[in-house]
Amino acid sequence: MSLVHWYLLIAAALWGIGCYGLIRGPELLRRIIALNLMGAAVFLVMVTLSARTEPADGVLHALVLTGLVVAVSATAFALALVARTLSEPT
Amino acid sequence: MSGDFWFDALLGVLLLVLALATILARQLAAAVMLYVVFGLMLALAWARLGAADLALAEAAIGAGLTGALLFSALARQPKSITPPVRISRMELLPALVLCIAMSAVLGWTLWQLPLQPAHSQLPAALEQLGSSGTEHLVTAVLLNFRAWDTLLELLVLLLALLGSRLVAAPEPAALQHWPLARQWSIRLLPLLVLVAFFVLWRGATAPGGAFQAGALLAAALVVLRLNGQLPALRFDMWWVRALILAGVLAFLLAGLLSVWLNWQPEQAVQWLRWPLPLAKGLILLIELCATLAIGLTLTLLVVGERKELTA
Amino acid sequence: MMAWLGAVLLILGLLFFLAGSLGVLRFPDVFCRLHAVTKADTLGLGFIVLGLGVLQQDWQRFLLMLLIWGLVMLSGTISCQLLGQYGREQTTDQEEPAE
Repeated sequence: MSLVHWYLLIAAALWGIGCYGLIRGPELLRRIIALNLMGAAVFLVMVTLSARTEPADGVLHALVLTGLVVAVSATAFALALVARTLSEPT
Repeated sequence: MSGDFWFDALLGVLLLVLALATILARQLAAAVMLYVVFGLMLALAWARLGAADLALAEAAIGAGLTGALLFSALARQPKSITPPVRISRMELLPALVLCIAMSAVLGWTLWQLPLQPAHSQLPAALEQLGSSGTEHLVTAVLLNFRAWDTLLELLVLLLALLGSRLVAAPEPAALQHWPLARQWSIRLLPLLVLVAFFVLWRGATAPGGAFQAGALLAAALVVLRLNGQLPALRFDMWWVRALILAGVLAFLLAGLLSVWLNWQPEQAVQWLRWPLPLAKGLILLIELCATLAIGLTLTLLVVGERKELTA
Repeated sequence: MMAWLGAVLLILGLLFFLAGSLGVLRFPDVFCRLHAVTKADTLGLGFIVLGLGVLQQDWQRFLLMLLIWGLVMLSGTISCQLLGQYGREQTTDQEEPAE
């Protein structure tokens, strides 16, 4: 088994773990973390695929870099929404 | 060879264990901490896979700033409304089966991928690297070949900040300031600023660039702000607003400039295509503005617009 | 000869990390755990930096690693102090250890 295959399998398992966490919860914050785990799995797939060539594919790296920042933005917004939800008296 | 093999095997298993522990940790605080550790290990995996840029970015943004975001969200959670929710095993069984099945399908599909990419953008990109104004491929892709993406990404960051401002509940800041922490953050500031600009400058020739530098700046600002050493930053201060908008504005102006310089009658408009003599300068200018904007935006996203502390 | 020295230093460093991790897991309260984990940080990392320096024999990288070691030690000291202070406040608040 090669390096690429190994990390691809890890990414698939990671995605599943994240998905399970997203469903299980129970806290909203943990669901957001789980969503981030799934995102990390997708990034891992892309980075692993970029490592197939020598040198590693910088085009894919740039896309993942963009994705990272977008993921942080989305996380920040989601956390702001959660904070608002929790502060509303129900 | 076998040493490398064991390292990858261990790292992969560690990643999975950390992810599982994050999901299953009983306390939310433990989950957040484990997630930060997971991010650092992921950075290690990316360094292993030859993605030094991403390892830097993941350590700074993915682990560091996301961790700070999650911790500040954790501090905001009122303790009373997080009762221990009891989840029954039986209810979760379908979800578990579903996730395992999807993982298996995903893994099987990924396994089928050929080891040699059928068509790669890499040769074309490497060919054009000489005319991009920077010597580092990732920087060239981000700020020249696919500059559109980066512009939109800065817009997404801005939108996240504006959205958070709209929905965020005003919060009382009840923080203690330890003298030791204050001393340390002041000592750390020059070093962090130095490293941030070094990373930015290095981005032209080697791994590094605006996002990593911006994240480092944000880390310095967040620490200062949490220690009460920086006056409250609010979006309605003119200089904060100007700096936050600087990234997108510099990008747009450079784009318009490129349209003007590339203008030839009866040809398609060339938007965001830098003429070669100006390319390096333009890219550096955009990166500088973007770094400041990213740093300040991330800072505001993490610490929010807390009221001024009264010590 | 140098390779052996480097390997011994690396293993010594790893032993300190192992002891530190065991301490975090097994020690009863915050203060003992902090004691364990800071020892691992300073001594363990120090030995590893020394070992890598001996193995590489490149003084520029060695200086860089020394700088990193210094930073880790300093931040370890400070965060240990803060955690200890926090732990003390918690214990005096509740009249019993938090965990």
